[in-house]
Amino acid sequence: MTETAAFRVIHARVPRRRDPVSRWYRRNERAALSAAGIVSFIAAWQIGADAGLIDKFFFSSPLDVLAAGAAEVQKARFWEDVKISAIELGVGTLVALVTSVPIGIAIGWYRRVSLTFDPWLNFFNALPRVALIPLVVLWAGLGVEMKTIIVFFGGFFSIVLPTVEGVRTVDRQFLDVARSFRAPERLIFTSLVIPGTLPFIVSGLRLAVGRVLAGVIIAEFYAQTSGLGVMIARSASTLQPDRMLFGVLIFTILGIGLTEGIGIAERYFQRWRPSIDLEEAA
Amino acid sequence: MRTEHLALSARGVKMQYRDRGTGNALLAIDNIDLDVPDGAFVSLLGPSGCGKSTFLKIVNGLLPATAGEIKLHRVAKGREDAMVFQDAALFPWYSVLDNVAYGLVCAGVSRGEARKRAAPFIDLVGLKGFDDKYPYQLSGGMQQRANLARALAVDSAILLMDEPFAALDAQTREVMQAELLRIWNAAKKTVLFVTHQIDEAVYLSDRVVVMAARPGRVIADIEIDLPRPRDLSVKRTPEFAVYEEQIWRLIAGQYGKTPQPGAAS
Repeated sequence: MTETAAFRVIHARVPRRRDPVSRWYRRNERAALSAAGIVSFIAAWQIGADAGLIDKFFFSSPLDVLAAGAAEVQKARFWEDVKISAIELGVGTLVALVTSVPIGIAIGWYRRVSLTFDPWLNFFNALPRVALIPLVVLWAGLGVEMKTIIVFFGGFFSIVLPTVEGVRTVDRQFLDVARSFRAPERLIFTSLVIPGTLPFIVSGLRLAVGRVLAGVIIAEFYAQTSGLGVMIARSASTLQPDRMLFGVLIFTILGIGLTEGIGIAERYFQRWRPSIDLEEAA
Repeated sequence: MRTEHLALSARGVKMQYRDRGTGNALLAIDNIDLDVPDGAFVSLLGPSGCGKSTFLKIVNGLLPATAGEIKLHRVAKGREDAMVFQDAALFPWYSVLDNVAYGLVCAGVSRGEARKRAAPFIDLVGLKGFDDKYPYQLSGGMQQRANLARALAVDSAILLMDEPFAALDAQTREVMQAELLRIWNAAKKTVLFVTHQIDEAVYLSDRVVVMAARPGRVIADIEIDLPRPRDLSVKRTPEFAVYEEQIWRLIAGQYGKTPQPGAAS
């Protein structure tokens, strides 16, 4: 009889040589799988609609949405709506960004400013800002100004709170370094407070993308004057799901585009950070 | 050049905190007198809580003392003192070069000029070729080299070093100790070095000032009469062991006298 083995042997794993196709796949797994996910969803929707499993009256179909879009871009009214929405979004967001960052830094840095404004920040943050739309209408009417203000509200509070938080969590030891070398106040801001707060400002921006897009749509729904939100609302009420979904698609692509843009800016501004490579971790 | 004048002279320095919880006054440092001659390497050695780092921060101006007086010899240009921090405390968003140049920028030197003046110190501490790297790309020992270069670059008369090698592994620490002596020789600085490691203090110093805790105070001031330049082999000599033994007895003796925190009383 043979003896029972006294050792459990752990073998080395020799890396296998892979064929070019699976090597390409391993390198592009993320892109390949997300593309496959999107394509199969759209294909299932189209096939289901064509086969009558999905009711086109309510859900339309991908090709119908594209056709509606092709028809839409011929119209002057559509481009007028795009222009209005773009102005509201652009101006509202830009003003929110250039005001919220300095105000957030001031509140985070100066104790007395913080003590004075903290209650107001909490108040406005707790308040569902949609509830202010009727009031803003009272101030500014139903035009572009009112909708820009709503966009501004969404953006401002998304950015100001993380900025305050970021300033307050600036590492004490870096502050000691700056003070030890007698850094002038201005240099403390540019060398320390702003770079340390930047990651927080960026996460505020990410939050802001969703809030400003929601803000512009809600404000346009409410005002019913002009803009892509009106186009979406009218299409739904006139039973044109394909045209409505085309409007939704524009906002979706805009949201993805803005988020991607922020990601690119973030990677540029934070090249001093060790990058965590998801592909490698997987 | 030694003992021409004092680079630092402290008299009756006291530091008192008020405990936030109990409201009691806590004496962190009681009556420290200390003279550091120009060009000397002096260590402050003591257990944690003896106020040695606090004293360094008072000298550096980061903390105001409750009582007493510190005189730093005034220098014609530049800073009197510069600090080498315990954690390298390099700004992660600055390259090595910009970190080393930071003290100069703080002193009002333009960024371009500061970089030009900082570059030789990167070579001096042995980081040649790492100018454009970010701190996360450096090992702990290399970060401490950059930390040292930043303090050297402002060309201060006295270098204040706050346990700069405490967080390093034992081998890197020894390498850095030898490197520090080489740089000290090259840069001709006065150094006030805080540590809790006996062998580190003996190896580096002309004088070891031994402190005790609760309240923080000086209990001995020992002249280290070992020939310079010293290399690491001096740590294996009997003379070195005698100094270690003497200081160890001083510190161990303190534990017999004062009740330890956590011990039953």
